Amino acid sequence: MSKDLRNPLARARGLGSAKEGVSHWMLQRVTALGLVFLTLWFIGTVLSILHADYATARATLAKPWNAVMLIALILTMYRHLTLGLQVVIEDYVHTRWLEVASLVIIKFIAVLAALTGVLAVLRVALGS
Amino acid sequence: MAQTGRPLSPHLQVYKWQVQMVTSILHRATGIINAVGSLIIVWGLASVAAGPEAFATFTGVAGSPFGTVVLVGWTLNFFYHLCNGIRHLVQDTGAGYAVPSFVRSSWLGIVAAFVLTALVWAYILTGAHA
Repeated sequence: MSKDLRNPLARARGLGSAKEGVSHWMLQRVTALGLVFLTLWFIGTVLSILHADYATARATLAKPWNAVMLIALILTMYRHLTLGLQVVIEDYVHTRWLEVASLVIIKFIAVLAALTGVLAVLRVALGS
Repeated sequence: MAQTGRPLSPHLQVYKWQVQMVTSILHRATGIINAVGSLIIVWGLASVAAGPEAFATFTGVAGSPFGTVVLVGWTLNFFYHLCNGIRHLVQDTGAGYAVPSFVRSSWLGIVAAFVLTALVWAYILTGAHA
């Protein structure tokens, strides 16, 4: 055996003192990888309908594949963003109540923004 | 600051500025700005759902001089976070940690961000799409 001082059960569970292991770290990176593709697709799509009129913009958004990609973008973006802002707040906000309040407010805003975006895409895609 | 009375580790004012620390700081700063920028995407999508008037308001603001400056800045901000983020993903595999390659990839990310921004806005402003 190596010099690992943890007991074998703790090592097998691999969850550490915070009981969630590396899930935050891993999710930050998996969403990052997803966003590489989603954001480049988004920029390409926006550039392809530059200066388009309302009907064209709406028709583009309504295409099923575009709607799927947009919803994927919104959800991945807000998941990635809350993870990132959480770390920044935990690192730099040293007044405990302010830290907790910021963490909660960030998540509330992110959820509302994500739902607003998803609803907008669905309204257009489903034609109401 | 936590009121522990313990001494703090040396901070920014003590270190000589190097590209490695600048890219690290910028990654967080650009991440925060991108988070705010995400609201512009939601606004744009919501304006399409809301109707022609709301969409006209959105495109009007986005196309104004102020909106254009914000969008150019956001583009650079985004591409920096993208390029440096890809660099971080590569480094997460354990690659590129030797100091020379670390410095090289840091600069590469910065230069790539400016190049990509220039390409996108050259495309938009020269009317190559028309």
